Amino acid sequence: MEYLTCNHMTTQEAFYSYIVRLGDDSLILGQRLSEWCGHGPVLEEDIALTNIALDLIGQTNNLYELAVSIENKGENIDQLAFLRLEKEYENLLLVEQPNVDFGYTIVRQFFFDVYRKLVFEALCNSTDERLAGIAEKSLKETKYHLKHSSEWVIRLGDGTEESHRRVQEAVNTLWKFTDELFFQDEVDQNVIELGLGVDNSNFKATWNSHVEHVLTEATLTIPTNSWQHTGGRKGIHTEYFGYLLSEMQYMQRAYPNMEW
Amino acid sequence: MSSKEWPLWEVFIRSKQGLSHKHVGSLRAADAQMAIDNARDVYTRRSEGISIWVIESKQVTASDPDESAEFFEPSESKIYRHPTFYNVPDGISHM
Repeated sequence: MEYLTCNHMTTQEAFYSYIVRLGDDSLILGQRLSEWCGHGPVLEEDIALTNIALDLIGQTNNLYELAVSIENKGENIDQLAFLRLEKEYENLLLVEQPNVDFGYTIVRQFFFDVYRKLVFEALCNSTDERLAGIAEKSLKETKYHLKHSSEWVIRLGDGTEESHRRVQEAVNTLWKFTDELFFQDEVDQNVIELGLGVDNSNFKATWNSHVEHVLTEATLTIPTNSWQHTGGRKGIHTEYFGYLLSEMQYMQRAYPNMEW
Repeated sequence: MSSKEWPLWEVFIRSKQGLSHKHVGSLRAADAQMAIDNARDVYTRRSEGISIWVIESKQVTASDPDESAEFFEPSESKIYRHPTFYNVPDGISHM
């Protein structure tokens, strides 16, 4: 097992990485959703998607604040968010996938929300009170995100012929990024042992049955192909990530230390 | 934009316990549940409310503006219907 060979990692280092990964997931998905600003299919959804984006960026803010307080590497949270190189981000590949269309955006969100709700529910019992506090606050937001994305998956899947086709295509394309939600390495092993983080293998079955339940109601089918794409937690990203970063990091790189 | 638009919904928000729901505006949504979700996002993002009602706009029956003379003007001359002849004690607010 890989984590045994890497067990020289200190708890503090592991906890830091764990928190930053949680933050990276919400930062990158928040950035993706914010691309919808002014482009939503209807005004109401434009506001809904950007509200969710802001919730996610807010979660990132809290998580990065916690990270820099755990292990001060002389960086502030803006530097953490905007000045790392591609390989230094360890977000899930799912969240960096492009918006494509509203159907893709909703399916990506749905897969993530089901997972994230389970993570935050478990993190409410973290032995670290600060993380438990962030989880409790974020859980309320995430429950709404999940309601929003689930309602849409059902309506698009069970909607018109075109909406069904598009959302099924999104499910088929994004399915290969869902195994990674349950990725574990030495970072996870360390924080699980101390009750700081969650053992995500505990809720893989719950994730599967929840997703299956909604997709079935939406008259969508779960893909049978088993090939899965991983790498995000090791900083190995898909081709879309560099473009996302260059846009997201532009301001901080063009105007170092700017605040607004 | 598709020419087939979603139905229009009227949104009512209760700002806090004890107050009644107030009409705040309208929005478009595919069905009632989505109208509630949209209303939450559009009308309560600055903590404006604790409860939302929606009703499809076509369910609202409105008075006819052409009838406003016989509907509303007769009451204008009946000032005795307004409780303006009472002295309101000091310290009573919201009157």
